[in-house]
Amino acid sequence: MSQTTTPPSGARPDEKILEPTPGAQLRRRIFGNTGLVIGASVLLVIFFVAAFAGVISPGDPYDQVLSRKLIPPIWHDSPNVTWDHPLGTDSLGRDYLTRLFYGARISLFIGFAAMLISGVIGTTLGVLAGYFGGRVDMVVNFILTTRLSLPVILVALAVVSLIGSSLYVVIWVLGLLIWDRFAVVMRAATLQVRNLEFVSAAQALGCSTWRIILSEIMPNIANHLIVVATLEMAHAILLEAALSFLGLGVQPPEPSWGLMVSEAKGLMFFDAWLITIPGAAIFALVLSINLLGDGIRDVTAPENRN
Amino acid sequence: MLSFAIKRLGVAILVALTVSVITFSMIYLSGDPAMALAGEAATADDIANIREFYGYDRPILVQYLDWLFRALQGDFGQSHYLKTDVASVIFERLPTTMLLGACAISFALILSIPLGVISAIRPNSLIDRISLTIAVVGQAMPSFWFALTLMLWFGINWRLLPITGTSSWLNFIMPSIALGYYVTPGVMRLTRAGMLEVLASDYIRTARAKGLRPLRVLFKHALRNAILPVVSLAAVQFGFMLGGSIVIETIFAINGLGFLAWESIQRADLPMMQAIVLVLSVFYILLTFLADMINAFLDPRIRVT
Repeated sequence: MSQTTTPPSGARPDEKILEPTPGAQLRRRIFGNTGLVIGASVLLVIFFVAAFAGVISPGDPYDQVLSRKLIPPIWHDSPNVTWDHPLGTDSLGRDYLTRLFYGARISLFIGFAAMLISGVIGTTLGVLAGYFGGRVDMVVNFILTTRLSLPVILVALAVVSLIGSSLYVVIWVLGLLIWDRFAVVMRAATLQVRNLEFVSAAQALGCSTWRIILSEIMPNIANHLIVVATLEMAHAILLEAALSFLGLGVQPPEPSWGLMVSEAKGLMFFDAWLITIPGAAIFALVLSINLLGDGIRDVTAPENRN
Repeated sequence: MLSFAIKRLGVAILVALTVSVITFSMIYLSGDPAMALAGEAATADDIANIREFYGYDRPILVQYLDWLFRALQGDFGQSHYLKTDVASVIFERLPTTMLLGACAISFALILSIPLGVISAIRPNSLIDRISLTIAVVGQAMPSFWFALTLMLWFGINWRLLPITGTSSWLNFIMPSIALGYYVTPGVMRLTRAGMLEVLASDYIRTARAKGLRPLRVLFKHALRNAILPVVSLAAVQFGFMLGGSIVIETIFAINGLGFLAWESIQRADLPMMQAIVLVLSVFYILLTFLADMINAFLDPRIRVT
């Protein structure tokens, strides 16, 4: 930026040196952040795959062809490999690439929906605690401590097994369990802006509490909210995978990545790729969301990096 | 200090009571517990008998208080599946899980504290970047997949370690790594941030100016202060780990509390599930209480707030 503010020697005096526009500065910060660029690109690809799974898939995710079961992926040295099934087939002869594509839908949907539910709960509690302080803060802190002392996976498994598992049960159970980080971060962020001048000004003008929270506080803590939202979405995806792996998440024959690992568990000693591929898919998705979140944090608030 | 401790203890007890209410109400999540126990072929008489036998016909408050007072005396009732005393099964399995948790947290600390310290001494160096990458990668890896991958390479392809069971200490290596790895990023970041802050402080400059040996400054003056928040994080993470051990124990067939929890969930063994959730929650509450006390003891500023 320094070369733009001071004219370089030799420049003619009438030549105007332009300060980069705020948009250009932001663009430079975004594209200069390798993690953010990689994370966003990978996430975009996965999102595209999920959205157009029906168009780009070579087959049907539920179609079983038992005569063509356990074909290895094309890079394997085996006479059975075929370009009809680039990633091979599972033990029921279903095309693995197709199941992987459709699995992206389940992961993204559960992750996003559970994050929305936990976001609404956690943000409400956190902002109220931060804004009002005192008794409200104490109560919220108590609820938070109680929630933290419950082991997430165990409670989620127990509840899902008692109500009966389905996609929506998993989403609600996860959403109701993982709001803790939202509450912690939103409370801290609200505390930071609560006593700033523009909030006092709005209070002096006689704005209602609702209005102050919604139009004065929320816009100023939105960047923290987005960062936590990405982290919690990644967290929800990992938890769904673990629940499905343990058999109490998404139910067969749905192509959930965690369930795919679980179904291939017994065959892993002979056909290791059956667990490597869906596991790598979960890893790539979670990693890209985390990189995106870290990148957004660095771009919007570089001072909070550590 | 005493008033601080009493206040914290009061909150801890209240939290434990709230958790017990939540745990107790799990019975009623599936609807009528007697109906669930009786099975599909049961007659109305059978259900009524079961309801009376297990005391489900009493008012809910009475049932809760009865359950709570028994639990306080270490009596969690009879397992619906094993038909034995729940508490004795739990205390038989608990040591295995504790051992696994201790190994896992030790692994995590041994890996992450040195990396955090080195990263703080040389920020943006190669080691700093590598440990940052380990942290980012570690947080994105599904634990069950990491465990299976370890098993595949070290157990099957290279035949270095036994893959299941608990027959020797070698059996604990892979599960501890799989369980502990997830904690390393947090501990590493906290150590690094704490060390960076402490190393920039005045008393470190003074110690260096006095001509103390660099290593002495690093360990005696800097690390001792930077490690405080790490201790309480480690305590909290240990509690989380016991809950997370359900995945790892299931994969490695380790006969601990996590495996018992999974079995009980499969068998719809409600008293066992309730007892495990309650025991793990109370253990976590105890750990955070102890971490608070240690912190308050070491740092008097905390006691005031």
